[in-house]
Amino acid sequence: MTAAVRTRGLGKRYGRRWALTDCTLDVPAGRVVGLVGPNGAGKTTLLNMVVGQLAPTSGTIEVLGGAPGGGAAQLAKVGYVAQETPTYAGLTVAEHLRLGAKLNPRWDDAVARRRIERLGLDPAKKAGRLSGGQRAQLALTLGIAKRPELLVLDEPVAALDPLARREFLQGLMEAAAEHDLSVLLSSHLVSDLERVCDHLIMLLEARVRVAGDIDDLLAEHLLLTGPRRDPADLPAGQHVVSASHTDRQSTLLVRTTEPVHDPAWSVDRVGLEDIVLAYMTGGDRRPALEVIS
Amino acid sequence: MIEFHLDARSGVSPYQQLVRQVRHAMRLGLLAEGDQLPTVKDVVARLAINPNTVLKAYRELEHEGLAAARPGLGTFVTATLTDGSLAAHEPLRQELRRWLRKARMAGLDEESIEALFTATFQADAQRGIA
Repeated sequence: MTAAVRTRGLGKRYGRRWALTDCTLDVPAGRVVGLVGPNGAGKTTLLNMVVGQLAPTSGTIEVLGGAPGGGAAQLAKVGYVAQETPTYAGLTVAEHLRLGAKLNPRWDDAVARRRIERLGLDPAKKAGRLSGGQRAQLALTLGIAKRPELLVLDEPVAALDPLARREFLQGLMEAAAEHDLSVLLSSHLVSDLERVCDHLIMLLEARVRVAGDIDDLLAEHLLLTGPRRDPADLPAGQHVVSASHTDRQSTLLVRTTEPVHDPAWSVDRVGLEDIVLAYMTGGDRRPALEVIS
Repeated sequence: MIEFHLDARSGVSPYQQLVRQVRHAMRLGLLAEGDQLPTVKDVVARLAINPNTVLKAYRELEHEGLAAARPGLGTFVTATLTDGSLAAHEPLRQELRRWLRKARMAGLDEESIEALFTATFQADAQRGIA
């Protein structure tokens, strides 16, 4: 199967600063992929290179087997809902759909109309007069009706209230189920992505910190608590993500594919949010961790 | 037809929660052989979850022989989990109610009742293994 996105040593430099560096990824097709990381970690830079709006400084990138932005056929295959879900404030909802139909060879007008009707959007209303949630839904409608193979969304729910957020993600998931769509969306909040994604990429300080299927990430990360000890004494298969110690006790988050048998540890599962936070704050940059991607 | 719900704090992965809810509904007789499960599209649109999560849950149910996909139609329940035991539910429920009344009269609050039940349940299960 063709990967949705494949990068090798991808990097982007602005002046002296690398916004993204040494990024090697295989993002499977047919999945909903979450891209997380703090602000400034390089998420938007990566997404802009995926859709072809930005050229890499180093390395290679392939999207659905082609070069990003390389010709009309490639552009038709990739949809992009940019940050703050932009629409044209002076155009009506109906005019947005007409524009979508004119600009996109694979435009699915029936899908667009059905969504607008179900959302209860007035076709005669100007986009500038819609609520934030409605504007986001309009931008999503354009992205879905374009009928891309890959839909890329940059922080689509960041500005939405919890209800609008839920409704937006419901619409996105419904489209993913109905049209066999690959989805790549970014957020700085893991909680937004936990339910909708099955694959996660985490960026930190311009680098890929961890990437993998969420089920694997959940299965392979364990929280160990027990009497204080040096993390360096752990068996070879257990990679420490984060460690904290009191004078008597050690608490370690480890990644391992094997069960932990040491009776001194009490072993607990951890949620995705805690795993991501551990990588963000862990600060443990031992070479063993680099095996992870 | 049943409706799924998700508990984000349960620590059980979403696909396992869906599998459990189907099994649970089957045990209580809410789902029987031939009943249709909600379509993948309906579940994701309602819960805002990943379609693959639902597919994975349905595959697991198929693997367990509890459900089967009929192409173009949806996924249907193919087994009955209640056996003859459903008939025994009502008398057991009445006994349990009587027991709960006794526990409250003895001064146990809800937390104590739950703790007592869980501890006894676990001790009994362990005795069964040993």
